[in-house]
Amino acid sequence: MSESIISFEKVSKWYGDFHVLRDVDLSVAKGERIVICGPSGSGKSTLIRCINALEEYQEGRLIVDGILLTDDVKAIEAVRKDVGMVFQQFNLFPHLTVLENLTLAPMWVGRVPKKEAEERAMAQLTRVRIAEQAGKYPLQLSGGQQQRVAIARSLCMTPKIMLFDEPTSALDPEMIKEVLDVMIELAGMGITMLCVTHEMGFARSVADRVIFMDQGQIVEQNTPAEFFAHPKSERTRDFLSKILSH
Amino acid sequence: MHSKKRDWSWRSRATRGLIYQAVAVAAICAAVWFLAHNTLENMRVRGIQSGFGFFLQPAGFDIGESAFAFDSADPYWKAFLVGLSNTLRAAVVGIVLTTILGTLIGIGRLSRNFLVRSLCTGYVELFRNIPVLLQLLMWYFVLNEWLPPVSEALHPLPGIFLSKSGMSFPVPEWEQGHLVTLSGLALGIAAAWLYRRRARAGFERTGVARPMVWPALAIATAGALLGWLAGGAPTALEFPIRNDLNVSGGGAVTPEFLAVTIGLTVYTASFVAEIVRSGIQSVPWGQTEAAGALGLSRGHALKLVLLPQALRVIIPPLTNQYLNLTKNSSLAVAVGYPDLVSISNTTLNQTGRAVECIAVIMAVYLTLSLVTAGLMNWYNARSAIRER
Amino acid sequence: MDTALHAPVIARPPPDRTAGPLAWLRANLFADWKNTLATLVVVAIIARLLPDIVDWALVRAVARPDNAACRALEHTGACWGVIAEKYRLILFGRYPYDEQWRPLLATLLMVAMLVASCTRVLWSRWLVVAWIAVLAVFFALMRGGVAGLAAVETARWGGVPLTMLLSTLSIAAAFPIAILVALGRRSHLPAIRTLCIVYVELIRGVPLISVLFMASFMFPLFMPPGITVDVLVRVLVGITLFAAAYLAEVVRGGLQAIPKGQHEAAAAMGLSYWQTQRKIILPQALRMVVPSIMNSFISTFKDTSLVTIVSLYDLTGSLALALGGDADWRQFYLEGYLFIAAIYWTFCFAMSRYSQWVERHLNIGHSRR
Repeated sequence: MSESIISFEKVSKWYGDFHVLRDVDLSVAKGERIVICGPSGSGKSTLIRCINALEEYQEGRLIVDGILLTDDVKAIEAVRKDVGMVFQQFNLFPHLTVLENLTLAPMWVGRVPKKEAEERAMAQLTRVRIAEQAGKYPLQLSGGQQQRVAIARSLCMTPKIMLFDEPTSALDPEMIKEVLDVMIELAGMGITMLCVTHEMGFARSVADRVIFMDQGQIVEQNTPAEFFAHPKSERTRDFLSKILSH
Repeated sequence: MHSKKRDWSWRSRATRGLIYQAVAVAAICAAVWFLAHNTLENMRVRGIQSGFGFFLQPAGFDIGESAFAFDSADPYWKAFLVGLSNTLRAAVVGIVLTTILGTLIGIGRLSRNFLVRSLCTGYVELFRNIPVLLQLLMWYFVLNEWLPPVSEALHPLPGIFLSKSGMSFPVPEWEQGHLVTLSGLALGIAAAWLYRRRARAGFERTGVARPMVWPALAIATAGALLGWLAGGAPTALEFPIRNDLNVSGGGAVTPEFLAVTIGLTVYTASFVAEIVRSGIQSVPWGQTEAAGALGLSRGHALKLVLLPQALRVIIPPLTNQYLNLTKNSSLAVAVGYPDLVSISNTTLNQTGRAVECIAVIMAVYLTLSLVTAGLMNWYNARSAIRER
Repeated sequence: MDTALHAPVIARPPPDRTAGPLAWLRANLFADWKNTLATLVVVAIIARLLPDIVDWALVRAVARPDNAACRALEHTGACWGVIAEKYRLILFGRYPYDEQWRPLLATLLMVAMLVASCTRVLWSRWLVVAWIAVLAVFFALMRGGVAGLAAVETARWGGVPLTMLLSTLSIAAAFPIAILVALGRRSHLPAIRTLCIVYVELIRGVPLISVLFMASFMFPLFMPPGITVDVLVRVLVGITLFAAAYLAEVVRGGLQAIPKGQHEAAAAMGLSYWQTQRKIILPQALRMVVPSIMNSFISTFKDTSLVTIVSLYDLTGSLALALGGDADWRQFYLEGYLFIAAIYWTFCFAMSRYSQWVERHLNIGHSRR
């Protein structure tokens, strides 16, 4: 069994008085692809946002790529160099062109010369099949195109871990497929992936493990085949019946 | 090959449009003619002459505060020029101070510290809701009443005297050496700019970031320093000296100027603070998160992602406030500061030439407004975030 | 891989670090060294200044209208007695002493109408009728000459009633002008559009004081020889024209936010231009910009203070009237200024709070996301 690249040890987090993550234990192996699902408010987004320190936790230990995550600035910077994130709202920088969006972090964080950064960027844009839009501005593109640019932007930093926070939830239905196709291709490349999503088809075809969260806890986790065929918990069955009914 | 047949009937929209316009223009023309006719009649009855020739006549009044020499024998147009220079002086100083103060308070409103946040909010809510004229009058009263008379002037810092007669401060005595200093500064700025270009090109070529701000400042300062040394290191400052009765020498500003500048700064800063705050808050939180997720440091995130977006939202209303400050400086007439409106008022009372004087004020302010609006439009067009 | 079912973890309260008063103090006042420093500095400043201010304003202050006692203070304490002595002059200007119940009543009526206009429940056609009635009563009360009331000429009106009258009447009159100008600016007819643009840019480009000067000095020239115009009317016209230009821009903003589809639907139904504007476009546009209209009103309210410069004794001018000529009380101007500043502040703050409430609760002015 490959060593774990992410390790949650009894991690607890509160928003004010609300106990949003409750003593979560989770171990993610290198190269593993995980899909996290659950009802809204279950803490699944919070969980993956803890991994790149966009959220702080109060109790427990979280170790990412061998680095213990606390509020130590150096630790956070080191972790963020190796972890990429794709957001539900894309969060592209509207005042920069697509190409500039992609070369920003390599140049300013990765100390890559401009020419090389642009070559890398064009390579990633080609991979997500959007190279011809390199000179456009984000708001000139459709939602699906913007999200693919966002994925390419994260990949430019050659991360070891990719986090996806409901990447297709803000897209019109006809654009979901183009983004999922890119994610499936990514999954075949050996990067560790954690994906919060409702797209169960994606989970079935790509995931090594499906995790169901409810009320801040991991209720159940299993291989996709087992998870969908034989859900063990009542809550899991309930949730699956709701989202798989159509 | 058909051209559109124009239907000139009563009911065609084109005809109606033309008729409405013709009626409107005719009505306006009639109104203007009516007013002009009355005005000329009234002026004839009252024996007031018209025409701008009177601007060449001697003014017959002194001006309390002026950037250049003026006495009562100088013509009216020179008096107006003094007024304009006074307006611009107060406006420029006010704009600089209000930008600094307003930005600090706007950022303070977003502070994590409860006390700082509350104080800044309190400041904004207090000064926004009191009329600016009242604030000017209060500052004038405070400066007049509570500052000591000249013979006992306050001496808070070396070379600065504060009293009922205003504020005196040291000014450098103009010498040849200063010219060399300024040219040194200009060369320094040029060299700094060149340095930045080279550093940027180097950064793009190799990926190693060179510091760009401090070295540039250092180079510019070095240029100024070298120029100063080359010019013979002129250090003569004319210090105001206090003797028994008076403070003489140095540069001086009147309490009226202080009242106008401080009052306008404090009032406008409350609006600037709100503009800065809402500009910063207008950048979606997701931008900060995305920048962080990419590994950008806080400083870089601020410089590359947040400030460019925030400034686009801040600058248009900020320029509007600058214009408001300039227009509000016209209230100086209430505290006796001889700005453009004040001088125009004096002239108007003296000569009875209401139309000409008011026309001049309006023309000057209109020009300032239109120039600013033009610059703003150019900036907006250039920096607009491109959308579909 | 652990596929066993987990025992549910019951929610716990957070550790003291994240909630509770201690946590609040840490987060808000002592988060890091910079914050702690700021807290200490601010507390030091307040500790230094507050006792002195309280001392001056409350402890040593004299509230009785006792001139000798006030002078004896020699500015170590506030002389609120000047307010007690002069408040009627400050609040009502030169209005005859015995008749001052009339401006008081008139002002209260006006304020009541303003508050009533703010309660959404009462928005209807009857409100407009009520406004017209109240304005008529206001004038009757102030002017007199009817119902056995002694006549008081407008030159003697002053203080708070004058401020209220100027702001309310000028905004009320500016409204229809602003709507017409805003519509004109969006018109397809170039002559009308140009006229409206010229008007708005001209007025917005010059300070209010110059418009007031124009009204004050030039309007008498504009009238046919022999006809005099009341100074109040002149000033009112000036402020109205000024307010209308700014209000026109606010209305135009609202008009621009109405989607083209509304115009098209109305045209498809066969409505004429004016019907469309009256029934479809304007109701939506105006509702959208209520907060900005409130801001306009607040600005106009503050701007009425400028009429002192053209010698009308509104609330700001009446202070000069009350204290300027009185050698005994003149040195206590600061207390007078603070008094009228407090009155202005109360009105403006209340109006701005209301405007923020409207913006939040009626969901206008912001796109829905």
